[in-house]
Amino acid sequence: MTYEDGRSTGTARVKRGLAEMLRGGVIMDVVNAEQAKLAEDAGAVAVMALERVPADIRRDGGVARMSDPALIEGIQEAVTVPVMAKARIGHFAEAQILESLRVDYIDESEVLTPADEAHHIDKWAFQVPFVCGATNLGEALRRISEGAAMIRSKGEAGTGNVVEAVRHLRSIVGDIRKVTTADSAERFRWAKQLQAPIELVEEVAATGKLPVPLFCAGGLATPADASLVMQLGAEAVFVGSGIFKSSDPARRATAIVEATAHFDDPEILAKVSKGLGEAMPGSEISSLEVKLAERGW
Amino acid sequence: MSPLSPLRRPRVGIVALQGDVREHQAILESLGAEVALLRMPADVKGVEALVLPGGESTTMSLLLQSSGLDEELARMVDDRLPMLGTCAGMILLAREVLDGRPDQRCFGAIDVSVRRNAFGRQLDSFEAELSVRHMGAPMHAVFIRAPVVERAGPGVDVMATVDLPGDVARSVPVVCMEGHVIVASFHPELAADGRLHELLLSKVEGD
Repeated sequence: MTYEDGRSTGTARVKRGLAEMLRGGVIMDVVNAEQAKLAEDAGAVAVMALERVPADIRRDGGVARMSDPALIEGIQEAVTVPVMAKARIGHFAEAQILESLRVDYIDESEVLTPADEAHHIDKWAFQVPFVCGATNLGEALRRISEGAAMIRSKGEAGTGNVVEAVRHLRSIVGDIRKVTTADSAERFRWAKQLQAPIELVEEVAATGKLPVPLFCAGGLATPADASLVMQLGAEAVFVGSGIFKSSDPARRATAIVEATAHFDDPEILAKVSKGLGEAMPGSEISSLEVKLAERGW
Repeated sequence: MSPLSPLRRPRVGIVALQGDVREHQAILESLGAEVALLRMPADVKGVEALVLPGGESTTMSLLLQSSGLDEELARMVDDRLPMLGTCAGMILLAREVLDGRPDQRCFGAIDVSVRRNAFGRQLDSFEAELSVRHMGAPMHAVFIRAPVVERAGPGVDVMATVDLPGDVARSVPVVCMEGHVIVASFHPELAADGRLHELLLSKVEGD
């Protein structure tokens, strides 16, 4: 939107700009104002407001939806860092409600039960920026073509198992590397293979990176997990169940913040990993009844 | 402004604990500076000027303390090193943060009082052309959940202002300079505009 005084709001640059500011940081899932304060005190760059952390969504089953607006407002009042919230895939009405609540980012998230089996939200229609999950480069570029201003790996939320996040990150970063060495004819084939617009494939080829920041989510539980994905090319991390399902959330949250900032310094990683207590209990991916990463396309 | 002599590559530290470090690095290197990324106290060796990037000021403040870089930063302020802070960096360099957390450290490098998130939430973030004193053509200014200067001391050169929306619109400083320290509410690095960085480097050469 452009105003009479020449200001423009909700532009791609303004939307992506906030994602750029979160780089090198940790975005933490919180279910109430008290957890949000704890996250901010530990150094979170932003919080994600939701009704249940993914581990509980997985345990309880049923349909998972957008949070109660009262809960989101309570969290907005409790902290000064950006507040994000989740909408179901394709559920543009939930997104409209979240925008009216003035959340800082909307996560169109596979962690909630999808509302539309064929369409993601047209994110260009909103002033508020969106983050979307992706398992591979094609999915990432399709979400960007729909207006996503940040991409995160999907991983497998609520498992405390980082293996899927690593798979997705390696797939995205590995294919970006291949695209950058493709010649002009091969880039058309990449566009076809990735089912993504050629313009975005050309941009990736020219810059060697996604047009928006690439963050990592899904199954991170330890400082070492954060370091691993940062070294693999993530620019920031989301931690969901990994903090508040552990035995000492405050210490673990601080340790993961330190580990993300100093991701390539093993001495600091060793120091912050000491005596953190129990991590969240994890799950083998093969034992899961529902794979959240398979939601969305 | 004259380009840097090829023989003189000032060493500029960027506080690299969190935020948009890469964009500042790209600009500084394009201007011929040598960049040191500062994460631990030992990294500051030989640094002649300092950039504090955009990011989350609460996070950076905590990481500055835990790394021990806060003491180095305080020393560099005392030593009157040339400094540039954008957005979160401006908050950290200010004398006073009006609505900061009680444990938030300000380093008092420039005599201004700032208010965080002064325009509101992300929906109020914006970009605009902005006239900035000493800079010539307008700068393309990207304001992301930006702070503003509520009070500028008598020695502070207010280089740009914007109107803060509200019941009664009022004009507030968004770019300030006092001696060797420059702060901006917006992100010239996101628009790849290196003019404030050039101004910073000119202060190194002035030594």
